[in-house]
Amino acid sequence: MTITLTENAAQRVKSFLSTRGRGVGLRLGVRTSGCSGMAYVLEVCDEIAADDVVFEQHDVKVITDPKSLLYLDGTEVDFTREGLNEGFKFNNPNVKDSCGCGESFSV
Amino acid sequence: MALLQISEPGQSRAPHAVRRAAGIDLGTTNSLIAITRGGRCETLADSDGEHLLPSVVRYTTAEVQVGAQAYAASVEDPFNTVVSVKRLMGRSLEDIRHQGNQLRYRFSAQPGTTPRIVTAAGEVTAIEVSAEILKSLAQRARAKLGGELDGVVITVPAYFDDAQRQATKDAARLAGLNVLRLLNEPTAAAVAYGLDQREQGVYVIYDLGGGTFDVSILRFSRGVFEVLATAGDTALGGDDIDGLLAEWIVANAALGSDIDDRLQRRLLRAGKRVKELLSTNNIVGLDIARPDGTAWQGKLRRREFERLIDPLIDRTLVPCQRVLRDAGLDPSQIAEVVMVGGSTRIPRVRERIGGFFGRPPHVDIDPDRVVAIGAAIQADILVGNKRDDDMLLLDVLPLSLGIETMGGLMEKVILRNTPIPAARSQEFTTFKDGQTAMAIHVLQGERELVQDNRSLARFELHGIPPMVAGAARIQVTFQVDADGLLGVSAREQTRGVESSVIVKPSYGLSDGEIERMLRDSMAHASEDVGARKLREVQVEAARSIEAVTAAYQQGGRQLLSSQEQHELQSALSRLEALYNSVDVDAITRAMDQLERTAASLAERRMDVAINAALSGHRVDEFSGQ
Repeated sequence: MTITLTENAAQRVKSFLSTRGRGVGLRLGVRTSGCSGMAYVLEVCDEIAADDVVFEQHDVKVITDPKSLLYLDGTEVDFTREGLNEGFKFNNPNVKDSCGCGESFSV
Repeated sequence: MALLQISEPGQSRAPHAVRRAAGIDLGTTNSLIAITRGGRCETLADSDGEHLLPSVVRYTTAEVQVGAQAYAASVEDPFNTVVSVKRLMGRSLEDIRHQGNQLRYRFSAQPGTTPRIVTAAGEVTAIEVSAEILKSLAQRARAKLGGELDGVVITVPAYFDDAQRQATKDAARLAGLNVLRLLNEPTAAAVAYGLDQREQGVYVIYDLGGGTFDVSILRFSRGVFEVLATAGDTALGGDDIDGLLAEWIVANAALGSDIDDRLQRRLLRAGKRVKELLSTNNIVGLDIARPDGTAWQGKLRRREFERLIDPLIDRTLVPCQRVLRDAGLDPSQIAEVVMVGGSTRIPRVRERIGGFFGRPPHVDIDPDRVVAIGAAIQADILVGNKRDDDMLLLDVLPLSLGIETMGGLMEKVILRNTPIPAARSQEFTTFKDGQTAMAIHVLQGERELVQDNRSLARFELHGIPPMVAGAARIQVTFQVDADGLLGVSAREQTRGVESSVIVKPSYGLSDGEIERMLRDSMAHASEDVGARKLREVQVEAARSIEAVTAAYQQGGRQLLSSQEQHELQSALSRLEALYNSVDVDAITRAMDQLERTAASLAERRMDVAINAALSGHRVDEFSGQ
């Protein structure tokens, strides 16, 4: 069971955390909502809970809860630029279908 | 897939969460609210199916009535029923008196304060009355969208000044609404027709409402709508047409002159109905009961109706001509004409205006609703329901903004026609040694000299650390928000002391004044350049005198021979005698002379300073390492 961050994404998280001034890492998760059933959660993490799973790459901690990990296993999180926008992209092998805009997905 | 951003803990946005936004046309006679849902815009009706809400509020001891109910009572209860409150927004009692026939209410007179209308429910201000109208409209949107509104866009006439815009915002705040933006009415109409999706163009917006007429010329380019000119008549509209038809009935039905209020109202209603029917029919029959119990039957043909109203349409063409002249355009340069306001449903109006501008006007969107719809489209974008690439509309500053600098000159910080919102900073410095305070005089206008521009505000920055003249760095920041409201702040860079001012009412200028200021700046351009040059030289000369005098007193006497002292003194007094004159060349020559004479003093002072710094050290202490 693993989640990986690309180096680009890790750099971005680091700079985000240092600008913000606090936070232990990046929390990833999924929750049910949106038109295709599930949506990603991408937040700063201030506190690691007892049952959280923590991965560490490029000096950045990625925190997730065990339930979300089932949907995120094998996911690679990248930071890319598309046209004028830049942001985080989830390459998730579990996704079967996603909605047109890609904000939600199903597994 | 979509690109995601990091959120704060627990604040990830749900996908496809649509925020609730609405556009409000807060009109003189009628008001409307529109929303965008699923890419379609619609205006919202009340429980009776009426989209237009009469902009009338009635205050009784028991309740506040808004709309049709209040409108119905406006004749029997005139003092407690406020109509056309928009004409009072942001106005002082003196302004209202100037408007002439508007003084139908009892105002509690307190000069210099916001006028308060005395009603059965106590005193109310125009802002409070408008807030009631807004609340009533917002309720429709809340019911339709199922929750509190995240934000609204409210439209205002292009000629609304700052005080009137601020009053409109205050009314919205009082109604518990978050104003995303105030949008000019003609701009909203252009947006409703999608004219902002084109590359560029010059558009005429012809707005003939119930009681007011406005015509505006907009130029759209690079995402910015610029109001080139506006004109109108604040007492001309559909009501006048109803009045003409009532007169026609009186004449034709031989009703004589003893017409009471009730009959007059009945005639006006009949006139309104005939007017509306004649937009689709060629002939309309009338049946009027005379006071003596007999009846009169008549009919009116469209051709005759058109002859009746032609003089009224002619009156709207005068402002049309004026805006063209003001904008320096002829009709062939107008890309599109947009019709707004219920009276533009009359085929004759469309025909005459189309003829005047030489192209058929846009009439596809209901002219009563087009402004609200444009506002709703903007609200939907501003609240964040659209992707970033959807353009945001911008307005521009009508006149440059700046501050006064030494010599009574205006230094422009934000130039005219800059799209707003805008923020610009500029650094200024002190003029005298040890200066610890600075007066900041905020100006608006295009002229070079302070006295020719408009003064907006003054404030002072204290606590500047004492330094030699020119060493302090004062950053002055001008910020104009999307509604054209100006804030100015000054910050001393080393110690960080700060002072600021928000420029509120009296900031606004009427279009006529703006135009006059622009014209003046053209007419006086070369004169202004000369005046600026002179002031600059004078300031420079004053600075030289100041600096040389200071240097001379701090040890100059010891460093100069009596001959040199004499020369310096005479160069100084020559410049002192000249620097208030108007002869730029003479001042410049005297200043050069003084500076040449003082050069040796400066050199020697430098030598002394270096000697002082070096004495007691060995040469190799300074070499390389």
